Amino acid sequence: MPATWPCPGPSGIADEYAVVFDRARPVRLLIVPPLFEEMNRTRRMLIETQCRLDGLGIDSMLPDLPGCNESAQAFPAQSLGSWRDAMAAAARHFAATHVLALRGGALVFPTSLPGWVLEPQKGSAILRQLLRARVLAAKEAGREENSTDLLEQGRNHGLELAGYRLSAALVAGLDAAVPQDEGQRVIRQSDLGGRPLWLRSEPGEDPAQSAALARLIAAEASA
Amino acid sequence: MTLTDQTDTDLRSLLNDVLGLGAARVAAMTADSGLFGALPELDSMAVAGLLTEIEDRFDIVIDDDEVDGDMLGTYGDLLTFITRKRGEA
Repeated sequence: MPATWPCPGPSGIADEYAVVFDRARPVRLLIVPPLFEEMNRTRRMLIETQCRLDGLGIDSMLPDLPGCNESAQAFPAQSLGSWRDAMAAAARHFAATHVLALRGGALVFPTSLPGWVLEPQKGSAILRQLLRARVLAAKEAGREENSTDLLEQGRNHGLELAGYRLSAALVAGLDAAVPQDEGQRVIRQSDLGGRPLWLRSEPGEDPAQSAALARLIAAEASA
Repeated sequence: MTLTDQTDTDLRSLLNDVLGLGAARVAAMTADSGLFGALPELDSMAVAGLLTEIEDRFDIVIDDDEVDGDMLGTYGDLLTFITRKRGEA
């Protein structure tokens, strides 16, 4: 079900969307999605996981990161800091008891909640891939660019990468950020079976994988 | 299994992860099967993801200026490139 939640932003409180399965049950899972393209590639998998969790008696909320998906906030105004503030606000608003962060979501999730991080990714690895996509696209267009110069430019002035206008703060933040997990359990792809859907160039789905993820969370949340 | 055979198997598996073509279509690829420029799924973002995964799974480092049509044009080109890089390591 779609719901809205109040999210702090540079122009005050903005309404953001979340996909919510809420029946006021004791375990309430906040899901922090991956960043950039991986968010789109994993969306069907995550919502299928939410359906499965619902069937296993667990509430879940998948909020938009400000500037992403349905958000009306400006992407260029975002940083890892703004996403951390937003996810902390979502956790409070929905009274989350647990958290699941995927991939780059592990850079911005509320660390005070117990829970899980799925194949967490370093910020520098995310940035490297975005820079590489830009260098490749430039090469196809007959222009020479290189990652080192682009990174320097991005850290000082911001940069457009893969269709996203990244602020200087976001570039610098990604370059330095490592997954924040503190005692949350790391889930690996091999724990779920199947193939990693965030790699897929076109979004895919794998109900068996979503079911495995939901079962794992349900078992460990009640343990 | 030789190193090259294993690299071939691992590369097909990785291409299947990125392209989602299914194991059968990936298994049917030959050295002449076109990649970059031949498969619409392989845009610059997908190639960037593919290269990053190649670095992780094959434990090699790929410089920006090594990436071009000679390296990514066909399945055989890419396999040759990775095999050579692994030999240098």
